[in-house]
Amino acid sequence: MKLDNSKKLFVSGDEAVALGVRLARPHVISAYPITPQTVVVERLSEMVEDRSLDADFMHVESEHSALSAAMGASAVGARAFTATSSQGLLYMAEVLSYCSGGRFPVVMMNANRALALPWSIFGDQSDSLLLLGSGWIQCYVEDAQEALDMMIQAYKIAENSQILTPFMVNLDGFILTHTYELVDIPKQSQVDDFLPPFTTPNKMSLENPMNLGFSSTPADNLEFKYQQHQALLNALPIIEEVDDEFGDRFGRYYGGVLETYQTDDADFVMITVGSITGTTRVVVNTLREEGKKVGLIKLRYLRPMPEEALLEAIGDAKAIGVIDKDISFGHEGTIFTNVNSALAKSSVAIKKHNFICGMGGRNISKNDIKEMYKLLEDSTKGKDVPAVNFINLNTSVSEVE
Amino acid sequence: MQNLERITPRNIDAKEYFYGHKACAGCGCALAVRLALKVIGDGAFSILPAGCMSAVGFIYPQMAFVNNSMISTFPGAASLAAGVAAGNKALKREGTKTVVFAGDGGTADIGLQALSGMIDRDDDVLYICYDNEAYMNTGIQKSGLTPFGAKTTTTPAGEHIHGTQTNKKRLFEIIAAHDIKYAATASIGYYQDYINKVQKAASIKGATFIHVACSCPTGWGTPTETSVEIMKEAVDNGLWFLAEYENHKFTLNHNPKVFTLISEYIKKQGRFKHLNEHDIKTIELYRDKMWERMREEWKNN
Repeated sequence: MKLDNSKKLFVSGDEAVALGVRLARPHVISAYPITPQTVVVERLSEMVEDRSLDADFMHVESEHSALSAAMGASAVGARAFTATSSQGLLYMAEVLSYCSGGRFPVVMMNANRALALPWSIFGDQSDSLLLLGSGWIQCYVEDAQEALDMMIQAYKIAENSQILTPFMVNLDGFILTHTYELVDIPKQSQVDDFLPPFTTPNKMSLENPMNLGFSSTPADNLEFKYQQHQALLNALPIIEEVDDEFGDRFGRYYGGVLETYQTDDADFVMITVGSITGTTRVVVNTLREEGKKVGLIKLRYLRPMPEEALLEAIGDAKAIGVIDKDISFGHEGTIFTNVNSALAKSSVAIKKHNFICGMGGRNISKNDIKEMYKLLEDSTKGKDVPAVNFINLNTSVSEVE
Repeated sequence: MQNLERITPRNIDAKEYFYGHKACAGCGCALAVRLALKVIGDGAFSILPAGCMSAVGFIYPQMAFVNNSMISTFPGAASLAAGVAAGNKALKREGTKTVVFAGDGGTADIGLQALSGMIDRDDDVLYICYDNEAYMNTGIQKSGLTPFGAKTTTTPAGEHIHGTQTNKKRLFEIIAAHDIKYAATASIGYYQDYINKVQKAASIKGATFIHVACSCPTGWGTPTETSVEIMKEAVDNGLWFLAEYENHKFTLNHNPKVFTLISEYIKKQGRFKHLNEHDIKTIELYRDKMWERMREEWKNN
């Protein structure tokens, strides 16, 4: 299938990613196939073949090499892209920290998918959440349009000289990667104006030979890590600026680090990450019609963690719920941990509940989300609601415990 | 690269590219890196995975490489190098040559998959494996290229097991089986041959490979001043060989009529001092079979 740069195209999330990557003009693409990421690399290969994309497509033999090669290209000042999912992301995990520690602003698309065992090709967010500490910026999108737009924004943010940090754009496996939507395609000339060519002081060149990727002794190590941490914090205001500029030029604003919906007077606020935001928004509308004071916060970035913006968005809510398509076994959902930490540091004491659902591609229905809002309301009325709740757990399993 | 038909120790670039590093005295691997960079010159982008040469060369803030250099992940030297070459090509930079310096473990064990991919894609990278026959950087552990009988810290020599019980992987042939454009074996004991091969490999556009045998006084228990001569001896006694693979064919470059004594080579090294006559006989038999096969199949010239 040929993807031209028409004004609008009916495409899948994966295809929207490929279109966004082409508009960002990467020099080198290195990728290894894994469901449900495959369509991204298939389309990019076709674009290289039909010469609508002037990039070197490297057919690497593994995900480890996919990111290693992308990092190599970035280390000489070339713009690089890779894409993966699930086991593939874990297989390249070692390279994630090399790439972030080396300050190489590679952009990667990750199709969020369950982790084995049991083997599953279907979506949840266990893969990327396991790697929150890898030093990458992590962004989660809600639909195909946002996926395309974020490929362009990702390079602009990652390559900022104050940041120089790799960027992971996450799409829920199948729910986003394989769902077709009408997507607006920006003009190449507009994208070129928005996203200048990649320049970095942190590269090997004949004019200025450098030794990169070195080792450090205990005397220097903390200082490198501190600068890396600082770079991610620097990204917080720059994410907002880039989103504003993107909105001004292309007409689509995403709210920066997070988007709020009906939170101003809300008593019960659900925090969502990724595609579940759409369903939750519909539930908010329904419950609002019933007079319930409910709202939602779509958390777009988990690294850097936008703690300040999150606290402001939660405002005077009586209870918050966090939907986690992941479980850190023996503890709680990872997003819940992160949100809780922000609240605890600011001594905000409200009811907080974690909803574990959607694992391995399990559907999360509108009724499930209504039930979550009900649990939040029950909790504020003094009912005993557990901190961590598994939604839709099969009774035959829950009785065994 | 120097614009010379043949680079020799007399006319080789006086400029040093690898110095101030913390390699052990008499390190054969440091010599292999130093010579190769003198041949390739300023355009070299060297990539080193975890191993002795990266450990001794990049201790911030003392960087030992004059040319562009970078440490890769342990399994990812070939893929990082491939990306560097692709990036330089995409940016239309002329006069660069990406070269990997990886140890025996980094090549024959953990780095083999990425190396296979690099050769399969024919990326413009010269991959040099400096083989000192064990994981020396981590303290002398057995690798896939540790020879039979060698004592390492993970193959101790005791009453029941006499050190390493397996033979070296036939890495050169594994590489050749990819039908690579050019591959060679070399030894720092025959440095002119090694220089020739680096010059040839670096001039070829695409994936090339050199497996250079290097001594390790620390890991082998040999005097530091014998590092070059012992690597000559390893070739003369037939435990190592000098060969090339190009145009889909193997060539033996050096075919000794009579081998020098393996027992002489072995008694000079602490790693072999536990070996008895039976063990040495086993090594001789292995060598003889290897040469019988190479002479038969490779049709020496």
